[in-house]
Amino acid sequence: MPLALIAALPFLGALLPWLMIRASRGACAVAAGSMTALALTGILLHAPAVLAGEVILWRADWLPALGLTASFRLDGLGLMFAGLILGIGLLIIYYARHYLSAHDPAGRFYTFLMLFQGAMLGIVLSENILMMAVFWEMTSLSSFLLIGYWKHLAAGRQGARMALAVTGGGGLAMLAGFLLLGQAAGSYELTEVLAAGDTIRQSPLYLPILVLILLGAFTKSAQFPFHFWLPHAMAAPTPVSAYLHSATMVKAGLFLMARLWPALAGTPEWTALVAGAGLVTLILGAAIALFKTDLKAILAFSTVSHLGLITFLLGLGTEAAAAAAMVHILAHASFKAALFMLAGIVDHEAHTREIARLGGLRRVMPLTFALAAVATLAMAGFPPFNGFLSKELMLESAAHAGGWLVPAAAVLGAAISVGYSLRFLSATFLGPLRPDLHAHDPGPGLWLAPAVLVVLVIASGLFPMALLAPVAGAAAGAVTGHAPHLHLALWHGLGPAALWMSLAAIGGGVALWGLWPALARAWAAAPRPEAKAIHDAVIGAMVAAARGVLARIDRGSLTLSLSAAVLAIVAAGFWAFGGGTHLPGLRAATPVEVAPAAAFVLLIAAIAGSVALHRQRLLALLLVGIAGLIIAAGFAYLAAPDLALTQITVEVVTVILMLLALNFLPAATPAESPVWRKARDGVLAGAAGLGAAALAWALMTRDFAFPSISSYHLAESKPGAGGTNAVNTIIVDFRGYDTFGEIIVLGIAALVIHALAQALLGPGRANERLLARRPDPGRAGDRHPMMLVVAARFLLPVAMMVGVYIYLRGHNLPGGGFVAGLVFAIALVLQYLASGHRWSQARQRIDYHAFIGAGVLVASAAGVGSWLAGRPFLTSAYGYIHLWPLEEFEWATAAVFDLGVFLCVLGAVMLALASVSRLAQRGGERVAREAFDIDPDGEEN
Amino acid sequence: MELLVAAAIGTLTAGGVYLILRLRSFPVILGLSLLSYAVNLFIFSAGRLAPGKTPIITKGVTDYTDPLPQALVLTAIVISFGMTAVLVLIAIGAHLGAGHDRTGMEDPPGPAAGEPAADGQEAGR
Repeated sequence: MPLALIAALPFLGALLPWLMIRASRGACAVAAGSMTALALTGILLHAPAVLAGEVILWRADWLPALGLTASFRLDGLGLMFAGLILGIGLLIIYYARHYLSAHDPAGRFYTFLMLFQGAMLGIVLSENILMMAVFWEMTSLSSFLLIGYWKHLAAGRQGARMALAVTGGGGLAMLAGFLLLGQAAGSYELTEVLAAGDTIRQSPLYLPILVLILLGAFTKSAQFPFHFWLPHAMAAPTPVSAYLHSATMVKAGLFLMARLWPALAGTPEWTALVAGAGLVTLILGAAIALFKTDLKAILAFSTVSHLGLITFLLGLGTEAAAAAAMVHILAHASFKAALFMLAGIVDHEAHTREIARLGGLRRVMPLTFALAAVATLAMAGFPPFNGFLSKELMLESAAHAGGWLVPAAAVLGAAISVGYSLRFLSATFLGPLRPDLHAHDPGPGLWLAPAVLVVLVIASGLFPMALLAPVAGAAAGAVTGHAPHLHLALWHGLGPAALWMSLAAIGGGVALWGLWPALARAWAAAPRPEAKAIHDAVIGAMVAAARGVLARIDRGSLTLSLSAAVLAIVAAGFWAFGGGTHLPGLRAATPVEVAPAAAFVLLIAAIAGSVALHRQRLLALLLVGIAGLIIAAGFAYLAAPDLALTQITVEVVTVILMLLALNFLPAATPAESPVWRKARDGVLAGAAGLGAAALAWALMTRDFAFPSISSYHLAESKPGAGGTNAVNTIIVDFRGYDTFGEIIVLGIAALVIHALAQALLGPGRANERLLARRPDPGRAGDRHPMMLVVAARFLLPVAMMVGVYIYLRGHNLPGGGFVAGLVFAIALVLQYLASGHRWSQARQRIDYHAFIGAGVLVASAAGVGSWLAGRPFLTSAYGYIHLWPLEEFEWATAAVFDLGVFLCVLGAVMLALASVSRLAQRGGERVAREAFDIDPDGEEN
Repeated sequence: MELLVAAAIGTLTAGGVYLILRLRSFPVILGLSLLSYAVNLFIFSAGRLAPGKTPIITKGVTDYTDPLPQALVLTAIVISFGMTAVLVLIAIGAHLGAGHDRTGMEDPPGPAAGEPAADGQEAGR
């Protein structure tokens, strides 16, 4: 299975629950799980080759000009992480199915979860570091959505915001680091970056690169001093905590450090920063965990501490330490995900996670207790579980780090870890059962997933060489570049220092557990900074500063903003004009004829009238319409018949739309601008007009500076696109992709209008005002004049025939899909005008939405069709068809595309107009019940 | 002829700018219409004026006006309808929701200032 497909599968899995957003939890889980399983299968199929040391690459150009290729890579490190992400993902999907209640929107949950999974998988499979940065930001965004999944919980929303601010900010720093890294290495492809390690380390950019990338890694992996967001993210539903905050997202930072190990590690700066932060985090996280009383909070800080441990190992820079880090990543993922799920079970059954309110649960939840005992002891590093193996390796590496400080700190961290583990287990499950707890073991839906992990914890502890060593070894090999000698065993004899350090840690941990009450009192009395308060204060100060700046430059006045924009443009124009020399244009002027001159005078009069009389809105609208029609005539005169046709038809629908709008808006604009304001605006408008006119004049009186590219279009119009109307061939063929985008924009605009109308019709102030509207009774008493109705109905087929004709001839003569769609729309609008909204609506069988959709689909089909012929999207072809009894005629595939344009334009225009007229109906517009109903309210009056 | 078109563009721009600086939504929409005419004409005029040289390929004719600006402007005209329609609906919604059709959000006027005109505007139809 190609890597790109594997990387795409989770996103496909995200789409399915979204499409069936109202489906049951089970259906969504099956959809998400099947895609995960498929992706996992794909990874496993590659596993034998990768374990044998092969690196699998897949590459496609994306934006080559920016150094951005869509390239994927699977090596030992990627294999281990991809296996974790997908394997634990599968368990989480199953667990979440039973954890979520029937009231939780399951489709949304699984969509977010799969988005996250896809982003995570993308990070570990990326070969291009820029693409990795894209996926990295996607994990920040999707984890934001997941943490805040329970939108009604304030803690969830705050935790989600904090996580996004910290990890998103770190991601930005990392992106900057990646850009510098690409500069230093000369490539954004990992293969080349990793090979350029020496160049990078000697580059003057090394330190900035290191700091920026570590900012990204530390924020994501909750390393000191960015550890504070992780506990607040625990407001997420437990499956999310188990997935994101044990196995995957927080490991992304570790992955990054491991991934770039060959490029960045091995310098004193690396060791100081990474090992230092790791060691501080290891001890600090463990110490805080010791004194937390919420089960998930203990696990969260324990995770912080274990992440610190792995960071510390990566920071040491030795190959043995890197191998130990890989083993611990696997071990930690297995026992910590299990523990989170078990904490979720306790929460689910006992309805509390507060240690003080728990105790003695082993009597009523023996299965949960057994699973938790194994996982907790693995976390504490007791044999024979996998946590013991990795802790031994860690202590061994620390012992070789030199000095006494590092080994001592490592032992201290391990000892605290034993302490909080024992406390976690004993306070929850041991001691007397509290009488107010009515808990019992859950069904297999909840315990199966942690049980699978616990079995792995035991099995990989007992048979490490078979289960842990191959994968961790391959990963460590990918990190360091050398296949390591991983010898994993529970018993190495009495010789190694690690054994004695381990014993010391266990002894110390038991002592800590025993001394806990005294220690807790001291901890409670000690002053310490509250990270959340600091974070909130910083954010608050930034918001206040931004508000302060904004309040000064924007008072909420559209007029002010627009005049500032106009002023800036005008000033820039005049400044540029003043900076150059000016010669008159040499192009021969086109002679002025009488009719165009007369039209010009009319146009100026219409514009002047519309400005002078703008307070009488109907009049101003008509004058603007007249200006539009004169411009259409101008287009016709200036050899642009297509434009003239389009302008006229658009003008008609625009004026109708504005007339409808005037129903709801005041008929007159009150006189409220003082003279100074008018004068100021007049000066500004005059300057803008002068500038525009001068620019246009200067342009038109000069010849083309370069030969116009249109000569190509003109020359190729007939032989290349098979049409003689060069404007139409450009629209549907040469620049068809532009047009494709434009009809989509038009369709979206119409849907926006529909949605806005829908929102106005919903409950609210707008709707109340609409209902309270009392339309004037018609003065004529004849809302649907019979003459008009008869004429309109007679015209409908005629106008449609004209539309079809305009569409068909468009490729060779003025016309085409745009104009045809507008002509059809006008013919239909005429029915609305003549016979009323209800009468017309009742006869409309197909929604206008469907027209828009069909139009886009037809246009896409025309584009995709050219793929079938092995050509690029929207390549057109034409040929000659002979159909009896017709004459032989020419037909181009671009006509299909133009049909799409036609349908989309028709649907969009009609949807926009119909939406406004729906408002009118709600607003008490009387509707005709019969086709020739002269006065709808006649019988009541 | 160039001078006339340039003057038309200038007048349309000036009228449009003046109207978009008004305080109520409807004149702003009209002003934007005028401005889109001006912009369309301007882009069109970048192909230079060539009356009678319609870009329809005909045997024996070699001189045509530039079709590319025409193609660009054609779609722009249709899109500007879409834009105007969205604005119109936003204006209607704002008027119905707020009870007045001012464009600015600064210093809210007295409660009755915009109200009287809100109802009873059916005479137009």
